[in-house]
Amino acid sequence: MTYAIEAHELAKRFKGGVVALDGVSFVVEEGTVFGLLGPNGAGKTTVVRILTTILGTDGGSATVLGHDVSREPDLVRSLFGLAGQYAAVDENLTGRENLVMVGRLNHLPRKVAERRAAELLDEFELAGAADRTLKTYSGGMRRRIDLAAALVTRPSVLFLDEPTTGLDPQSRAGLWAVIEGLVDSGTTVLLTTQYLEEADRLASRVAVVDNGRVISQGTPDELKAALGATVLAVGLHDAATAEQAERALAPLSEKSPHRSGTAVEIPVDGGPRIAMEALRVLDQLGIEPVSFVLREPSLDDVFLALTGRSAEGAAWEGVPGAPGSNEVEVAPQARPGRSAGVRR
Amino acid sequence: MSAPARSLETASQVDGFGSRLVWAVSDTLVLTRRNLVKYVRIPESLFFSSVQPVMFVLLFRYVFGGAIRTPGVSYVNYLIPGIFVQTMAFGAVNTAIGLAEDLQKGIIERFRALPMARSSVLAARTLADLLRNVGVAVLIAAVGFAVGFRIGTSVAAFLAGIGMILVFAYALSWGFAVIGLFAPNSETAQVMSFPVLFPLTFASSAFVPVASMPSWLQGFASHQPVSVAVDAARALMVGGPTTSAVWQSVAWSVGIVVVLAPVAVRRYRTST
Repeated sequence: MTYAIEAHELAKRFKGGVVALDGVSFVVEEGTVFGLLGPNGAGKTTVVRILTTILGTDGGSATVLGHDVSREPDLVRSLFGLAGQYAAVDENLTGRENLVMVGRLNHLPRKVAERRAAELLDEFELAGAADRTLKTYSGGMRRRIDLAAALVTRPSVLFLDEPTTGLDPQSRAGLWAVIEGLVDSGTTVLLTTQYLEEADRLASRVAVVDNGRVISQGTPDELKAALGATVLAVGLHDAATAEQAERALAPLSEKSPHRSGTAVEIPVDGGPRIAMEALRVLDQLGIEPVSFVLREPSLDDVFLALTGRSAEGAAWEGVPGAPGSNEVEVAPQARPGRSAGVRR
Repeated sequence: MSAPARSLETASQVDGFGSRLVWAVSDTLVLTRRNLVKYVRIPESLFFSSVQPVMFVLLFRYVFGGAIRTPGVSYVNYLIPGIFVQTMAFGAVNTAIGLAEDLQKGIIERFRALPMARSSVLAARTLADLLRNVGVAVLIAAVGFAVGFRIGTSVAAFLAGIGMILVFAYALSWGFAVIGLFAPNSETAQVMSFPVLFPLTFASSAFVPVASMPSWLQGFASHQPVSVAVDAARALMVGGPTTSAVWQSVAWSVGIVVVLAPVAVRRYRTST
C-alpha cells in the first residue's frame, strides 16, 4: 500500500555540527492526521521543511503521495499545502490579494484564483475583512488566512507546523474545528505541535520527537495509557516535606512519582478517588499541601514518562499546573526571528 | 491506493522549457506587483524616500554648491547627473532591505514550498526596484529642472543618460541583493549597505570634481563604477565625449551582474 507520506531515516546536520535529525522514520496513511509531538528544538519543523522540499536532507529519504521529495521536488510542491506558526503571509496585501497571489503562483488562471480566493474567504469567515490589509488582522485571523492560503489548490496533503502555537484558546478551538472539517473531507494532515491536548484531539497517530529522534509512536490513547489518565500535582511548603509526601503518596499509583523542589507529581488512574486517598494520607502525616491539583497530562508528563526528564529541562521544574487546569501549560515562545529557532 | 485527483486545474509543471519560461515570467510579474504594492500601501515610506533626494538637490545646489568649483560648467548642471546616479544607488539598498525582510518574515519559506519558478523571487525584487527607480528618475528630473538644470545636449541624449543610469542601478540591485541575502534582518541589511554605499557615492565625481581630492584618493575616485556612471551621464546630459564613458559604464554594469548575480542566486538557493 502507498502511504500519503513516508519518511525513512531522515537525517539533518546544521552548521557547527548541530544534529537536527538523527534517523526519523514514520508513515502517514491517506486521509488520516499524524501528529509530531515534541518541545521546541526537537526537530519537528526540520522534518516538515524536508518533506515540503524547503530543506535538503543529509541522509534518508521521503515521499509525498509516492513521489520522492529530493528527486521530484517540483512535482511534490504541487501536491501539498503548507501552513505554519509563522503565518507567512504578506501583511501589506489584503486577505484577498494574498490568496490570489498564492493561487497565481500555483499557476491557476487569474479567474480561477480569484474565484477560489472568494470561496476561501467565505469558508474561513474572513469575507468581511477580505479587502483590508493583513496589518489590521488579529493573530487568529492571520492563522486563518495562512491556512486558507495553504488550501488554495485543494491539496490532498496538508502540512501544519504548529498551527495553534501562540493562539488564544478560542482561536485555537476554531482552528481545530476547521482542521477536523478538512480531515472529514479526506485530506491527509501532518501536524506538529507542542501540545499533547492538540495531538490527542486531532491526530489518529502520534510520534513523540526528542533531540531529532522519534522516541515513541502510537495512537494518542496508547501514549496516554503509558502515562495514566490524570496527573496529581501537589505543592508543599519545603523540600523536606515534599520528600516525605513523595514517599507517602508513592503507593497510590503504579507509576512512580516525580519530585522537583517542593512539588510532587504522580500519574494516576483513579482521579478523584485517588485524590481523596492522597488527602487522607497527607492529613494523617500532618502535612498540609500548598496546592493540590488533578490535571490532564501534558507534553512534559509524556517526556517524564518516556525519558525521565522534563521536556524543557529545569525551566519547567517545580511548576505544577495551575488549579483546575487542563489548559495549555507550555508558554508559547516568542518567535525568534531568523535565528537558530527557525532553522530547527 | 492512488492520490485523489486534484479538483482544480493547475498547469503541468514539467511541460518543457517553453512553458517553464512562460511560468517564470508570470511568477516574476505576480511577485513584482506584490513588491510594488508595498509602496502604495505605505505612502509614508514613498513620501519620505522621495524627500531625501530632493533635499540632496537643494543642499548641494544652494548650501555646498557655492563653494565647489566646476571649471567649464555651472554647478547645477554638474550636480544633477550626479544626483541621478547617487539617488538610484541609494535606492538599490531597497533591494537588500526587501529581501532581508522577506526572509525574516518567512514569506520566502512559503514561496519555496510553492510550485513556482525559483528564479522569480530575485528577478521580481530587482525588477520592482528598477520600476521604482523609473519613478525616482522622473522626480529628480522635475526637481532638477526646477532648480535651474538645463540639458546641454539633446532630449534623446538626456533620456539615453537616464536609461544608462537605470541599467547601472539595476546592476547595483544585484550587488545589494547579495547583502540582503546574507543579512540576518532588514535593519542590519540597511546598516551593512552603507559602508559600501558611502565611499562609492561620495568619493566619486557625483558632487565634486575628482581633481579637487587628494592624489591618493583620485585613482579610486576616477575609476570606481559610480564615478564612471556619473561621467557618462554628464557627457550624455550636459555635453562632452560620450562613447568611451558610456561603454565603460555599461561594462561596469554588465560586470557587476555577471559576478554578483550568480552569488545572489547561489545564496538564495542555499540559504534556509
